[in-house]
Amino acid sequence: MDTTPVLRTNGLAKRYRRRWAVQDLSLTVQKGDVFGFLGPNGAGKSTTIRMLLSLIRPTRGTVELFGKPLAGNRKEILRRVGGLVERPDFYEYLTARRNLEIVAALRGDDSFRDIDRVLDLVGLLLRAADRVKTYSHGMKQRLGIAQALLGNPELVILDEPTSGLDPQGIKEVRELIQRLSRDQGITVFLSSHLLGEIEQTATSMAIINLGTLAVQGRVADLLAAGEHVVRFDAIPADRTLQLLSASQLTGTVHRNGPFVECTVPREQVGAVNRMLVEAGIEVRAILPRRSLEEYFLAITEGASDVAVPVSGTAMPEGGVR
Amino acid sequence: MRTSILGNEILKTALKWRSYISFIAVGIIIPLVEIALKLEGGGMGRAVTRGLSQDFFFVGNILNGYFVTQFIMNSLWIHIPFLVVLGAGDQLAGEATGGTFRLLLTRPASRTSILFAKYLTTLLYAAALVVFLAVLSLGLGTLLFGTGDLLVPGRTIVIHPENEALGRLFLAFALAIWGMWTVASLAFLFSSLVENGIGPLVGSMAVIIIFYIVSNIPAELFESAKPYLFTTYLDLWSKVLEEPIPWTGVLHSAGVLGAFSIGFYAVTWYIFVRKDVLS
Repeated sequence: MDTTPVLRTNGLAKRYRRRWAVQDLSLTVQKGDVFGFLGPNGAGKSTTIRMLLSLIRPTRGTVELFGKPLAGNRKEILRRVGGLVERPDFYEYLTARRNLEIVAALRGDDSFRDIDRVLDLVGLLLRAADRVKTYSHGMKQRLGIAQALLGNPELVILDEPTSGLDPQGIKEVRELIQRLSRDQGITVFLSSHLLGEIEQTATSMAIINLGTLAVQGRVADLLAAGEHVVRFDAIPADRTLQLLSASQLTGTVHRNGPFVECTVPREQVGAVNRMLVEAGIEVRAILPRRSLEEYFLAITEGASDVAVPVSGTAMPEGGVR
Repeated sequence: MRTSILGNEILKTALKWRSYISFIAVGIIIPLVEIALKLEGGGMGRAVTRGLSQDFFFVGNILNGYFVTQFIMNSLWIHIPFLVVLGAGDQLAGEATGGTFRLLLTRPASRTSILFAKYLTTLLYAAALVVFLAVLSLGLGTLLFGTGDLLVPGRTIVIHPENEALGRLFLAFALAIWGMWTVASLAFLFSSLVENGIGPLVGSMAVIIIFYIVSNIPAELFESAKPYLFTTYLDLWSKVLEEPIPWTGVLHSAGVLGAFSIGFYAVTWYIFVRKDVLS
């Protein structure tokens, strides 16, 4: 079995005059992954994607796709890659089909025959003959995904693909991404600042902050790492706080509004619950707090430019923005 | 429908209404000028021949379609370059403004091939504009004024017999296309430097106007600079209306303009293939 990563960057860096937008970025994406590329606005996500798709030249470092350096193999590599970078901009005075024909011509293969399939996949086949200027933002976003999928690429790089979509559209795109990975074995590189999007879609991820890689790994492993924080919605809260503080099973315990939160090993959560119930506490809910949101905020703490997500996991009030 | 990269570029230009602004301008100005000349009557012909009427006797139709066309060709100094620049300057800057470079340059096609297709489209655009000018001015001119000998005023007045006039004018328009390709190449270069459509227009016209002014200041310093300014050679179309045609001068001008066009394109290519696409 071929274990060559689909995508690998080695010490990738980009400098704009005196500012480093990306520094020493080394990413590895394996075949079949849905790779979440997470970071606050201005973290360097789009700059990285532009380097992956040869829109900008790295100041330092290399990009390897399918085991070959992008520099010197651009044509061969980009034939196997589809991409959507930031806003889905098109020739608005042309029809959706004509726009895709332009993309197909630039691919130089028989992806002309694929146009109907990708339009159907994103639900735009019936509007294919309409000019793009008549499209809503959500439709343009879907057309952006369609052009990225033209020609059956092995790797699809999507930069904020659900931006501007309504909840139904977001759900459809998420399902589409999962389908591409599961049914067609397409590797998806998904950039987003929406925590929920990555948490629900990605199998592995990297967090980038201030242009540098903060962490990279399997989503499940990263979420399982570190202390397991649990929130108890229990009555009375003061008595719950006393019991948890006195317990040998728990670590740090504190009040958080009407709730009590404590660190507790995952396998001891049941025993703690039993202890509270036996002490006459009415436990209404136990909520794991070690979510991607917590993790992301811990990693990017101090960043001054994290966007509030449009949807997905909401950031807490007073969180970074 | 399967299309080529060049086919796409031509199609994109042809289907964009902005591409037709220059054609609309020519389509309005030429009939206006010719109708005004028609209404004004023979005044213009008399004005041109005033200095010679004491020594020569002019017979026949001096103010004919050929003469009017030759008169309209004077727009090739400033007005037509402006309209050429309007279209050529949008070729690359328009993609940057629209954000569509991201659509084009993330594909297997090389930047060189995309740039070359855009450059050929730019040249076609410039040629089409001059051809439109030729067809309209000649067609409407002969319709309104008929045909006759071609009178070319200048330091001396040259008169080409009717049977030679049309050939001379065709040759002049062909050389005008060659000159406009240099202007288009300059605008194309400016188009690679900026991300809006105004920049190439202002930049190219500023260069053309400054060079014309420099060319016409009778100072020794500027005289020595003259051979290095491409605008010095843009008059090559008018040379074929002289008698006899100074072929050496025509070929020299054409060669220099060709070299400028290639030079402008080479610089554009150097910039474009290294350009970071941030739009």
